[in-house]
Amino acid sequence: MANFETMTINMGPQHPSTHGVLRLVLELDGEIVRKATPHIGFLHRGIEKLSEHRTYHQILPLTDRLDYLAPMHNNLGYVLAVEKLLGITDQIPERAQVVRVLLAELTRLKSHLVWLACHALDIGAMTVFIYCFREREEIMNFYEEISGARMTSNYFRVGGLSADLPEGLETRIRKFTNDMPGHIETYEGLLTGNKIWQKRIKDVGVISAEDAIDLGVSGPSLRGSGVDWDLRRDQPYSGYENYDFEVAVDDGCDTWARYHVRLKEMRESCKIIHQALDKLKPGPILADVPKVVLPPKQETVNTIEGLIHHFKIISEGFKPEKGEVYVGVENPKGEVGYYLVSDGSARPHRMKIRPASFINLQALPKMVEGSMIADVVAVIGTLDIVLGEIDR
Amino acid sequence: MSLQAVVDKLKAKFGETVLESGEFRGETTVIVKKEDIVAVCTFLKYELGYNFLTDLCGVDYMGQSPRFMVVYQLYNLGDHTRLRIKAPVEENDARIDTVSGVWATANWLEREAWDLMGIDFNNHPDRRRILLPDDWEGHPLRKDYPVQGPDREPYQGRLE
Repeated sequence: MANFETMTINMGPQHPSTHGVLRLVLELDGEIVRKATPHIGFLHRGIEKLSEHRTYHQILPLTDRLDYLAPMHNNLGYVLAVEKLLGITDQIPERAQVVRVLLAELTRLKSHLVWLACHALDIGAMTVFIYCFREREEIMNFYEEISGARMTSNYFRVGGLSADLPEGLETRIRKFTNDMPGHIETYEGLLTGNKIWQKRIKDVGVISAEDAIDLGVSGPSLRGSGVDWDLRRDQPYSGYENYDFEVAVDDGCDTWARYHVRLKEMRESCKIIHQALDKLKPGPILADVPKVVLPPKQETVNTIEGLIHHFKIISEGFKPEKGEVYVGVENPKGEVGYYLVSDGSARPHRMKIRPASFINLQALPKMVEGSMIADVVAVIGTLDIVLGEIDR
Repeated sequence: MSLQAVVDKLKAKFGETVLESGEFRGETTVIVKKEDIVAVCTFLKYELGYNFLTDLCGVDYMGQSPRFMVVYQLYNLGDHTRLRIKAPVEENDARIDTVSGVWATANWLEREAWDLMGIDFNNHPDRRRILLPDDWEGHPLRKDYPVQGPDREPYQGRLE
Protein backbone atom coordinates (compact mmCIF):
# COMPACT_ATOMS: atom_id res chain seq x y z
CA MET A 1 0.00 0.00 0.00
CA ALA A 2 1.29 3.42 -0.86
CA ASN A 3 2.56 5.49 1.99
CA PHE A 4 1.04 8.95 1.90
CA GLU A 5 2.88 10.19 4.97
CA THR A 6 6.26 10.43 3.29
CA MET A 7 7.48 10.86 -0.25
CA THR A 8 10.45 9.02 -1.71
CA ILE A 9 12.58 10.83 -4.25
CA ASN A 10 15.82 10.20 -6.10
CA MET A 11 18.64 12.65 -5.78
CA GLY A 12 21.15 11.84 -8.50
CA PRO A 13 22.87 9.95 -10.04
CA GLN A 14 22.87 12.98 -12.33
CA HIS A 15 22.75 15.86 -9.92
CA PRO A 16 25.30 18.68 -9.87
CA SER A 17 25.83 18.58 -6.13
CA THR A 18 26.54 14.86 -5.88
CA HIS A 19 30.08 15.37 -7.20
CA GLY A 20 29.92 12.55 -9.70
CA VAL A 21 27.44 9.75 -9.93
CA LEU A 22 26.01 9.26 -6.47
CA ARG A 23 22.37 8.31 -6.14
CA LEU A 24 20.61 9.11 -2.91
CA VAL A 25 17.14 7.77 -2.23
CA LEU A 26 15.55 10.21 0.16
CA GLU A 27 12.39 9.58 2.13
CA LEU A 28 10.88 12.98 2.77
CA ASP A 29 8.31 14.25 5.18
CA GLY A 30 7.67 17.64 3.65
CA GLU A 31 11.14 19.12 3.53
CA ILE A 32 12.52 16.95 6.34
CA VAL A 33 14.66 13.96 5.41
CA ARG A 34 13.48 10.90 7.31
CA LYS A 35 15.75 8.37 5.67
CA ALA A 36 18.62 8.58 3.22
CA THR A 37 20.01 5.58 1.35
CA PRO A 38 23.10 6.06 -0.78
CA HIS A 39 23.41 3.88 -3.89
CA ILE A 40 26.92 3.70 -5.28
CA GLY A 41 28.90 1.72 -7.80
CA PHE A 42 28.12 3.60 -11.00
CA LEU A 43 31.82 4.25 -11.55
CA HIS A 44 33.10 0.80 -10.56
CA ARG A 45 36.05 -0.16 -12.76
CA GLY A 46 37.32 -3.17 -10.85
CA ILE A 47 40.69 -1.67 -10.01
CA GLU A 48 41.35 -4.30 -7.34
CA LYS A 49 40.66 -7.13 -9.77
CA LEU A 50 42.74 -5.52 -12.52
CA SER A 51 45.68 -5.09 -10.18
CA GLU A 52 45.83 -8.84 -9.56
CA HIS A 53 46.71 -9.20 -13.24
CA ARG A 54 49.39 -6.52 -13.46
CA THR A 55 52.93 -6.21 -12.22
CA TYR A 56 53.61 -3.92 -9.31
CA HIS A 57 54.88 -1.12 -11.54
CA GLN A 58 51.86 -1.39 -13.83
CA ILE A 59 49.39 -0.84 -11.00
CA LEU A 60 50.64 2.66 -10.27
CA PRO A 61 48.65 4.42 -13.05
CA LEU A 62 45.48 2.73 -11.79
CA THR A 63 45.89 4.41 -8.41
CA ASP A 64 45.77 7.86 -10.06
CA ARG A 65 42.21 7.10 -10.98
CA LEU A 66 40.95 6.54 -7.46
CA ASP A 67 40.76 9.97 -5.91
CA TYR A 68 41.39 11.94 -9.09
CA LEU A 69 41.53 15.20 -7.16
CA ALA A 70 44.56 13.98 -5.21
CA PRO A 71 46.37 11.56 -7.53
CA MET A 72 49.87 12.08 -6.12
CA HIS A 73 48.70 11.12 -2.67
CA ASN A 74 47.19 7.88 -3.94
CA ASN A 75 50.47 7.12 -5.71
CA LEU A 76 52.32 7.82 -2.49
CA GLY A 77 50.26 5.36 -0.45
CA TYR A 78 50.74 2.66 -3.04
CA VAL A 79 54.51 3.06 -3.48
CA LEU A 80 54.95 3.14 0.28
CA ALA A 81 53.03 -0.12 0.58
CA VAL A 82 55.14 -1.81 -2.11
CA GLU A 83 58.33 -0.48 -0.55
CA LYS A 84 57.29 -1.86 2.79
CA LEU A 85 56.46 -5.20 1.22
CA LEU A 86 59.94 -5.26 -0.30
CA GLY A 87 61.58 -4.05 2.90
CA ILE A 88 63.30 -1.08 1.23
CA THR A 89 61.50 1.70 3.10
CA ASP A 90 64.72 2.98 4.71
CA GLN A 91 66.65 3.06 1.42
CA ILE A 92 64.65 5.82 -0.25
CA PRO A 93 66.98 8.78 -0.87
CA GLU A 94 66.48 12.00 1.05
CA ARG A 95 65.64 14.08 -2.00
CA ALA A 96 62.92 11.69 -3.14
CA GLN A 97 61.39 11.77 0.35
CA VAL A 98 61.33 15.57 0.44
CA VAL A 99 59.87 15.85 -3.07
CA ARG A 100 57.19 13.34 -2.08
CA VAL A 101 56.19 15.41 0.93
CA LEU A 102 56.30 18.61 -1.12
CA LEU A 103 54.00 17.20 -3.78
CA ALA A 104 51.74 15.47 -1.28
CA GLU A 105 51.09 18.82 0.38
CA LEU A 106 50.58 20.61 -2.93
CA THR A 107 48.07 17.88 -3.68
CA ARG A 108 46.36 18.52 -0.38
CA LEU A 109 46.05 22.20 -1.28
CA LYS A 110 44.70 21.27 -4.68
CA SER A 111 42.14 18.89 -3.27
CA HIS A 112 41.01 21.30 -0.57
CA LEU A 113 40.67 24.08 -3.16
CA VAL A 114 38.23 21.93 -5.12
CA TRP A 115 36.41 21.08 -1.92
CA LEU A 116 36.02 24.75 -0.96
CA ALA A 117 35.07 25.80 -4.49
CA CYS A 118 32.40 23.13 -4.93
CA HIS A 119 31.14 23.26 -1.36
CA ALA A 120 30.58 27.01 -1.66
CA LEU A 121 29.10 26.71 -5.13
CA ASP A 122 26.66 24.03 -4.00
CA ILE A 123 25.46 26.31 -1.24
CA GLY A 124 25.18 29.28 -3.61
CA ALA A 125 28.39 31.30 -3.12
CA MET A 126 29.57 31.38 -6.67
CA THR A 127 32.46 33.86 -6.44
CA VAL A 128 34.67 31.61 -4.30
CA PHE A 129 34.54 28.94 -6.95
CA ILE A 130 36.23 31.18 -9.51
CA TYR A 131 38.96 32.26 -7.07
CA CYS A 132 39.72 28.71 -5.91
CA PHE A 133 39.97 27.38 -9.43
CA ARG A 134 42.36 30.18 -10.32
CA GLU A 135 44.81 28.95 -7.68
CA ARG A 136 44.13 25.31 -8.47
CA GLU A 137 45.05 25.98 -12.08
CA GLU A 138 48.51 27.06 -10.97
CA ILE A 139 48.98 23.76 -9.09
CA MET A 140 47.78 21.93 -12.19
CA ASN A 141 50.49 23.75 -14.14
CA PHE A 142 53.07 22.51 -11.63
CA TYR A 143 51.66 19.02 -12.03
CA GLU A 144 51.93 19.23 -15.78
CA GLU A 145 55.52 20.39 -15.69
CA ILE A 146 56.51 17.73 -13.18
CA SER A 147 54.70 14.71 -14.54
CA GLY A 148 53.38 15.67 -17.98
CA ALA A 149 49.75 15.33 -16.94
CA ARG A 150 47.36 17.65 -15.20
CA MET A 151 45.45 15.03 -13.28
CA THR A 152 46.73 11.50 -13.79
CA SER A 153 50.24 12.21 -12.60
CA ASN A 154 51.75 8.71 -12.18
CA TYR A 155 54.93 10.41 -10.98
CA PHE A 156 56.21 8.52 -7.95
CA ARG A 157 57.95 5.21 -8.49
CA VAL A 158 58.68 2.25 -6.30
CA GLY A 159 62.05 3.32 -4.89
CA GLY A 160 61.82 7.04 -5.60
CA LEU A 161 60.58 9.31 -8.37
CA SER A 162 60.21 8.90 -12.12
CA ALA A 163 62.13 12.12 -12.86
CA ASP A 164 63.66 15.04 -11.05
CA LEU A 165 61.82 18.33 -10.63
CA PRO A 166 62.13 20.65 -13.64
CA GLU A 167 64.55 23.53 -13.23
CA GLY A 168 63.19 26.74 -11.84
CA LEU A 169 60.04 25.14 -10.50
CA GLU A 170 61.11 25.47 -6.87
CA THR A 171 61.12 29.26 -7.13
CA ARG A 172 57.64 29.26 -8.61
CA ILE A 173 56.29 26.89 -5.96
CA ARG A 174 57.82 29.10 -3.29
CA LYS A 175 56.19 32.19 -4.76
CA PHE A 176 52.87 30.37 -5.00
CA THR A 177 52.94 29.25 -1.37
CA ASN A 178 53.99 32.74 -0.28
CA ASP A 179 50.86 34.11 -1.93
CA MET A 180 48.58 31.30 -0.84
CA PRO A 181 47.83 32.45 2.75
CA GLY A 182 46.67 35.76 1.28
CA HIS A 183 44.36 33.92 -1.10
CA ILE A 184 42.98 31.87 1.79
CA GLU A 185 42.22 35.13 3.56
CA THR A 186 40.33 36.26 0.49
CA TYR A 187 38.19 33.12 0.56
CA GLU A 188 37.58 33.62 4.24
CA GLY A 189 36.68 37.23 3.61
CA LEU A 190 34.08 36.08 1.14
CA LEU A 191 32.63 33.34 3.33
CA THR A 192 33.33 33.35 7.06
CA GLY A 193 31.55 36.58 7.92
CA ASN A 194 28.79 35.98 5.42
CA LYS A 195 25.45 35.53 7.24
CA ILE A 196 23.99 33.24 4.59
CA TRP A 197 27.07 31.00 4.63
CA GLN A 198 26.94 30.81 8.43
CA LYS A 199 23.24 29.97 8.47
CA ARG A 200 23.70 27.29 5.86
CA ILE A 201 26.53 25.43 7.59
CA LYS A 202 26.34 26.08 11.33
CA ASP A 203 24.78 23.13 13.21
CA VAL A 204 24.33 21.27 9.94
CA GLY A 205 25.51 17.70 9.48
CA VAL A 206 26.29 17.19 13.14
CA ILE A 207 28.12 14.00 14.08
CA SER A 208 29.61 13.28 17.49
CA ALA A 209 33.16 12.02 17.94
CA GLU A 210 31.91 8.62 19.19
CA ASP A 211 29.64 8.12 16.20
CA ALA A 212 32.34 9.28 13.80
CA ILE A 213 34.88 6.81 15.19
CA ASP A 214 32.29 4.04 15.22
CA LEU A 215 31.52 4.74 11.56
CA GLY A 216 35.21 4.80 10.65
CA VAL A 217 35.21 8.43 9.51
CA SER A 218 38.74 9.72 9.04
CA GLY A 219 40.64 12.79 7.92
CA PRO A 220 39.33 16.37 8.26
CA SER A 221 35.77 15.07 8.68
CA LEU A 222 36.85 13.28 11.87
CA ARG A 223 39.02 16.14 13.12
CA GLY A 224 35.98 18.42 12.75
CA SER A 225 34.42 16.28 15.47
CA GLY A 226 37.28 16.99 17.84
CA VAL A 227 39.34 13.81 17.38
CA ASP A 228 43.01 14.76 17.36
CA TRP A 229 44.34 12.16 14.94
CA ASP A 230 46.51 12.67 11.90
CA LEU A 231 48.59 9.87 10.40
CA ARG A 232 51.26 12.35 9.31
CA ARG A 233 52.00 12.97 12.97
CA ASP A 234 50.91 9.71 14.60
CA GLN A 235 52.36 7.19 12.16
CA PRO A 236 54.76 9.35 10.16
CA TYR A 237 55.78 8.25 6.68
CA SER A 238 58.15 9.79 4.10
CA GLY A 239 59.89 11.76 6.84
CA TYR A 240 56.87 13.73 8.07
CA GLU A 241 58.34 13.48 11.57
CA ASN A 242 60.95 16.08 10.53
CA TYR A 243 58.38 18.75 9.71
CA ASP A 244 56.89 21.22 12.09
CA PHE A 245 53.15 21.55 11.65
CA GLU A 246 49.98 21.63 13.70
CA VAL A 247 47.10 19.24 13.33
CA ALA A 248 43.89 21.19 12.78
CA VAL A 249 41.17 20.08 15.19
CA ASP A 250 37.82 21.65 15.99
CA ASP A 251 35.27 20.16 18.35
CA GLY A 252 32.23 21.83 16.82
CA CYS A 253 31.13 18.54 15.16
CA ASP A 254 29.25 20.43 12.43
CA THR A 255 29.92 21.62 8.89
CA TRP A 256 31.18 24.94 10.22
CA ALA A 257 33.85 23.13 12.26
CA ARG A 258 34.95 21.04 9.30
CA TYR A 259 35.15 24.22 7.21
CA HIS A 260 37.61 25.71 9.70
CA VAL A 261 39.61 22.47 9.96
CA ARG A 262 40.19 22.33 6.23
CA LEU A 263 41.07 26.02 5.97
CA LYS A 264 43.64 25.57 8.72
CA GLU A 265 45.00 22.48 6.98
CA MET A 266 45.57 24.55 3.87
CA ARG A 267 47.63 27.04 5.87
CA GLU A 268 49.59 24.22 7.51
CA SER A 269 50.24 22.67 4.09
CA CYS A 270 51.82 25.95 2.98
CA LYS A 271 54.10 25.79 6.03
CA ILE A 272 55.12 22.21 5.23
CA ILE A 273 55.80 23.10 1.60
CA HIS A 274 58.11 25.91 2.73
CA GLN A 275 60.01 23.57 5.03
CA ALA A 276 60.26 20.98 2.27
CA LEU A 277 61.67 23.57 -0.13
CA ASP A 278 64.26 24.51 2.50
CA LYS A 279 65.24 20.85 2.91
CA LEU A 280 65.50 20.22 -0.80
CA LYS A 281 69.13 19.42 -1.63
CA PRO A 282 70.54 17.96 -4.86
CA GLY A 283 71.00 14.22 -4.73
CA PRO A 284 69.82 10.91 -6.11
CA ILE A 285 66.10 10.40 -6.58
CA LEU A 286 66.07 6.62 -6.88
CA ALA A 287 67.01 3.96 -4.36
CA ASP A 288 69.96 1.77 -5.22
CA VAL A 289 68.01 -1.49 -5.51
CA PRO A 290 68.60 -2.58 -9.13
CA LYS A 291 66.38 -5.65 -8.96
CA VAL A 292 63.35 -3.50 -8.24
CA VAL A 293 63.93 0.09 -9.23
CA LEU A 294 63.72 1.20 -12.85
CA PRO A 295 66.94 2.83 -14.13
CA PRO A 296 66.90 6.60 -14.76
CA LYS A 297 65.35 7.49 -18.11
CA GLN A 298 68.64 8.89 -19.44
CA GLU A 299 70.31 5.53 -18.91
CA THR A 300 67.44 3.65 -20.52
CA VAL A 301 67.54 5.65 -23.73
CA ASN A 302 71.32 6.08 -23.99
CA THR A 303 72.91 2.79 -22.94
CA ILE A 304 72.22 -0.81 -23.90
CA GLU A 305 72.69 -1.99 -20.30
CA GLY A 306 70.13 0.54 -19.14
CA LEU A 307 67.71 -0.58 -21.83
CA ILE A 308 68.08 -4.26 -20.89
CA HIS A 309 67.67 -3.39 -17.22
CA HIS A 310 64.52 -1.39 -17.97
CA PHE A 311 63.13 -4.14 -20.21
CA LYS A 312 63.71 -6.86 -17.61
CA ILE A 313 61.84 -4.98 -14.92
CA ILE A 314 59.01 -3.90 -17.21
CA SER A 315 58.48 -7.31 -18.80
CA GLU A 316 59.02 -9.53 -15.77
CA GLY A 317 58.44 -7.23 -12.86
CA PHE A 318 59.93 -8.02 -9.49
CA LYS A 319 58.98 -10.65 -6.99
CA PRO A 320 58.55 -9.60 -3.38
CA GLU A 321 58.75 -12.37 -0.83
CA LYS A 322 55.58 -13.96 0.48
CA GLY A 323 53.85 -11.77 3.00
CA GLU A 324 51.33 -9.03 3.53
CA VAL A 325 51.47 -5.39 4.53
CA TYR A 326 49.04 -2.57 5.16
CA VAL A 327 50.07 1.06 4.77
CA GLY A 328 47.73 3.95 5.45
CA VAL A 329 48.45 7.55 4.52
CA GLU A 330 46.68 10.77 5.40
CA ASN A 331 45.01 11.73 2.13
CA PRO A 332 43.19 15.07 1.88
CA LYS A 333 39.93 13.11 2.28
CA GLY A 334 41.02 10.83 5.10
CA GLU A 335 43.00 7.67 5.57
CA VAL A 336 43.69 5.86 2.32
CA GLY A 337 45.28 2.49 2.83
CA TYR A 338 46.69 -0.26 0.69
CA TYR A 339 46.64 -3.85 1.85
CA LEU A 340 48.93 -5.92 -0.33
CA VAL A 341 49.17 -9.70 -0.20
CA SER A 342 52.13 -11.19 -2.02
CA ASP A 343 52.36 -14.88 -2.90
CA GLY A 344 55.94 -14.52 -4.09
CA SER A 345 55.05 -13.83 -7.73
CA ALA A 346 55.44 -10.65 -9.78
CA ARG A 347 51.79 -9.74 -9.31
CA PRO A 348 50.00 -9.07 -6.04
CA HIS A 349 47.79 -11.92 -4.91
CA ARG A 350 45.34 -9.37 -3.57
CA MET A 351 45.28 -5.63 -3.29
CA LYS A 352 42.63 -4.05 -1.12
CA ILE A 353 42.29 -0.32 -1.14
CA ARG A 354 40.87 1.36 1.92
CA PRO A 355 38.98 4.25 0.34
CA ALA A 356 38.50 7.22 2.61
CA SER A 357 35.48 8.62 0.76
CA PHE A 358 33.66 5.27 0.69
CA ILE A 359 33.82 4.95 4.43
CA ASN A 360 33.12 8.63 5.10
CA LEU A 361 30.04 8.45 2.89
CA GLN A 362 28.62 5.78 5.16
CA ALA A 363 28.17 8.49 7.78
CA LEU A 364 25.95 10.55 5.47
CA PRO A 365 22.57 9.05 6.50
CA LYS A 366 23.41 9.68 10.15
CA MET A 367 24.29 13.30 9.38
CA VAL A 368 21.25 14.18 7.26
CA GLU A 369 18.37 12.23 8.78
CA GLY A 370 16.08 14.66 10.55
CA SER A 371 17.37 17.75 8.77
CA MET A 372 16.15 19.70 5.75
CA ILE A 373 16.62 18.48 2.20
CA ALA A 374 18.74 21.54 1.37
CA ASP A 375 21.20 20.46 4.06
CA VAL A 376 21.90 17.23 2.18
CA VAL A 377 23.78 19.31 -0.37
CA ALA A 378 25.85 20.94 2.36
CA VAL A 379 26.64 17.57 3.96
CA ILE A 380 27.77 15.99 0.69
CA GLY A 381 30.05 18.99 0.25
CA THR A 382 31.46 18.84 3.74
CA LEU A 383 32.23 15.10 3.54
CA ASP A 384 34.34 15.94 0.48
CA ILE A 385 33.67 12.71 -1.38
CA VAL A 386 35.08 11.65 -4.72
CA LEU A 387 33.15 8.96 -6.53
CA GLY A 388 36.20 7.61 -8.31
CA GLU A 389 37.54 6.53 -4.97
CA ILE A 390 34.22 5.29 -3.61
CA ASP A 391 33.47 3.02 -6.55
CA ARG A 392 37.04 2.09 -7.48
CA MET B 1 51.02 -1.87 25.53
CA SER B 2 53.22 -3.65 23.04
CA LEU B 3 51.71 -5.73 20.31
CA GLN B 4 53.25 -8.85 21.82
CA ALA B 5 51.36 -8.11 25.03
CA VAL B 6 48.16 -7.77 23.00
CA VAL B 7 48.74 -11.16 21.40
CA ASP B 8 49.50 -12.71 24.79
CA LYS B 9 46.30 -11.28 26.25
CA LEU B 10 44.30 -12.65 23.34
CA LYS B 11 45.86 -16.07 23.83
CA ALA B 12 45.24 -15.98 27.58
CA LYS B 13 41.62 -14.96 27.11
CA PHE B 14 40.65 -17.13 24.15
CA GLY B 15 43.15 -20.01 24.26
CA GLU B 16 42.28 -22.45 21.51
CA THR B 17 40.54 -19.82 19.39
CA VAL B 18 43.84 -18.17 18.52
CA LEU B 19 45.20 -20.38 15.77
CA GLU B 20 48.35 -18.54 14.86
CA SER B 21 50.13 -15.24 15.26
CA GLY B 22 53.03 -13.78 13.39
CA GLU B 23 54.93 -10.71 12.41
CA PHE B 24 56.02 -9.47 9.00
CA ARG B 25 57.68 -6.09 8.35
CA GLY B 26 56.73 -4.97 11.82
CA GLU B 27 53.03 -5.74 11.40
CA THR B 28 51.34 -8.20 13.71
CA THR B 29 48.75 -10.63 12.42
CA VAL B 30 46.60 -12.91 14.53
CA ILE B 31 44.53 -15.69 13.01
CA VAL B 32 41.47 -16.69 14.99
CA LYS B 33 38.65 -19.20 14.55
CA LYS B 34 35.67 -17.67 12.79
CA GLU B 35 33.19 -18.94 15.38
CA ASP B 36 34.55 -16.52 17.96
CA ILE B 37 35.17 -13.50 15.73
CA VAL B 38 32.55 -11.30 17.38
CA ALA B 39 33.81 -12.13 20.87
CA VAL B 40 37.43 -11.46 19.83
CA CYS B 41 36.53 -8.15 18.19
CA THR B 42 34.43 -7.04 21.14
CA PHE B 43 37.30 -7.86 23.49
CA LEU B 44 39.79 -5.99 21.27
CA LYS B 45 37.58 -2.94 21.07
CA TYR B 46 36.48 -2.57 24.66
CA GLU B 47 39.37 -4.09 26.60
CA LEU B 48 42.42 -3.43 24.44
CA GLY B 49 41.45 -0.12 22.84
CA TYR B 50 41.25 -1.11 19.17
CA ASN B 51 38.33 1.23 18.67
CA PHE B 52 38.81 2.01 14.98
CA LEU B 53 38.11 -0.57 12.29
CA THR B 54 40.20 0.65 9.39
CA ASP B 55 39.31 -1.93 6.84
CA LEU B 56 37.71 -5.30 6.31
CA CYS B 57 38.09 -7.51 3.27
CA GLY B 58 38.18 -11.04 2.01
CA VAL B 59 41.16 -12.76 0.42
CA ASP B 60 40.75 -15.76 -1.88
CA TYR B 61 43.42 -18.48 -1.57
CA MET B 62 41.94 -20.76 -4.22
CA GLY B 63 43.35 -24.27 -4.07
CA GLN B 64 44.10 -24.09 -0.37
CA SER B 65 41.92 -25.13 2.45
CA PRO B 66 40.30 -23.13 3.94
CA ARG B 67 39.84 -21.12 0.79
CA PHE B 68 39.03 -17.66 2.15
CA MET B 69 40.43 -15.39 4.78
CA VAL B 70 38.43 -12.50 6.19
CA VAL B 71 40.86 -9.77 7.18
CA TYR B 72 40.21 -7.05 9.75
CA GLN B 73 42.62 -4.12 9.98
CA LEU B 74 42.34 -2.51 13.39
CA TYR B 75 43.72 0.76 14.67
CA ASN B 76 44.11 1.91 18.24
CA LEU B 77 43.41 5.63 18.49
CA GLY B 78 44.97 5.68 21.97
CA ASP B 79 48.48 4.40 21.36
CA HIS B 80 48.41 4.48 17.54
CA THR B 81 49.18 0.86 16.84
CA ARG B 82 47.78 -1.38 14.17
CA LEU B 83 46.71 -4.99 14.48
CA ARG B 84 45.48 -7.38 11.83
CA ILE B 85 42.99 -10.11 12.64
CA LYS B 86 42.25 -12.87 10.16
CA ALA B 87 39.62 -15.57 10.23
CA PRO B 88 39.65 -18.55 7.86
CA VAL B 89 36.40 -19.36 6.06
CA GLU B 90 35.71 -22.61 4.18
CA GLU B 91 34.55 -22.57 0.58
CA ASN B 92 31.48 -24.77 1.16
CA ASP B 93 30.42 -22.67 4.13
CA ALA B 94 31.54 -19.19 3.12
CA ARG B 95 29.91 -17.33 5.97
CA ILE B 96 31.02 -15.62 9.15
CA ASP B 97 29.27 -13.60 11.83
CA THR B 98 28.94 -9.88 11.22
CA VAL B 99 30.96 -7.45 13.33
CA SER B 100 28.74 -4.50 12.38
CA GLY B 101 27.43 -4.60 15.95
CA VAL B 102 30.95 -3.89 17.20
CA TRP B 103 31.93 -1.22 14.67
CA ALA B 104 29.16 0.37 12.60
CA THR B 105 31.62 0.93 9.77
CA ALA B 106 31.72 -2.83 9.14
CA ASN B 107 28.25 -2.57 7.59
CA TRP B 108 29.35 -1.33 4.16
CA LEU B 109 32.69 -3.12 4.24
CA GLU B 110 30.93 -6.43 4.77
CA ARG B 111 28.48 -5.64 2.01
CA GLU B 112 31.47 -5.08 -0.24
CA ALA B 113 33.08 -8.37 0.82
CA TRP B 114 29.80 -10.13 0.01
CA ASP B 115 29.42 -8.32 -3.29
CA LEU B 116 32.92 -8.85 -4.65
CA MET B 117 34.18 -11.93 -2.81
CA GLY B 118 30.98 -13.80 -2.01
CA ILE B 119 31.53 -14.13 1.70
CA ASP B 120 28.24 -14.12 3.54
CA PHE B 121 27.79 -12.43 6.91
CA ASN B 122 25.36 -13.89 9.43
CA ASN B 123 22.93 -11.42 11.02
CA HIS B 124 24.04 -8.59 8.76
CA PRO B 125 21.50 -5.73 9.04
CA ASP B 126 21.47 -4.86 5.34
CA ARG B 127 22.99 -7.62 3.24
CA ARG B 128 22.74 -6.32 -0.31
CA ARG B 129 25.27 -5.85 -3.06
CA ILE B 130 26.93 -2.47 -2.88
CA LEU B 131 29.10 -1.73 -5.92
CA LEU B 132 27.59 -4.06 -8.52
CA PRO B 133 23.96 -4.10 -9.71
CA ASP B 134 21.53 -6.18 -7.66
CA ASP B 135 21.06 -8.73 -10.45
CA TRP B 136 24.78 -9.37 -11.03
CA GLU B 137 25.82 -13.01 -11.12
CA GLY B 138 28.99 -14.17 -9.44
CA HIS B 139 31.59 -12.48 -7.28
CA PRO B 140 34.33 -10.85 -9.38
CA LEU B 141 37.21 -10.86 -6.90
CA ARG B 142 37.16 -14.64 -6.63
CA LYS B 143 40.14 -16.18 -8.37
CA ASP B 144 37.94 -18.37 -10.58
CA TYR B 145 36.15 -15.32 -12.00
CA PRO B 146 37.86 -14.32 -15.27
CA VAL B 147 39.30 -10.83 -15.40
CA GLN B 148 37.75 -10.02 -18.79
CA GLY B 149 34.30 -11.04 -17.53
CA PRO B 150 32.39 -14.32 -17.78
CA ASP B 151 30.93 -13.68 -21.23
CA ARG B 152 34.13 -13.03 -23.20
CA GLU B 153 37.06 -15.04 -24.49
CA PRO B 154 40.34 -14.28 -22.77
CA TYR B 155 42.63 -11.89 -24.63
CA GLN B 156 45.02 -13.93 -26.79
CA GLY B 157 47.49 -11.20 -27.60
CA ARG B 158 47.80 -9.56 -30.97
CA LEU B 159 47.49 -12.14 -33.76
CA GLU B 160 49.11 -11.89 -37.17
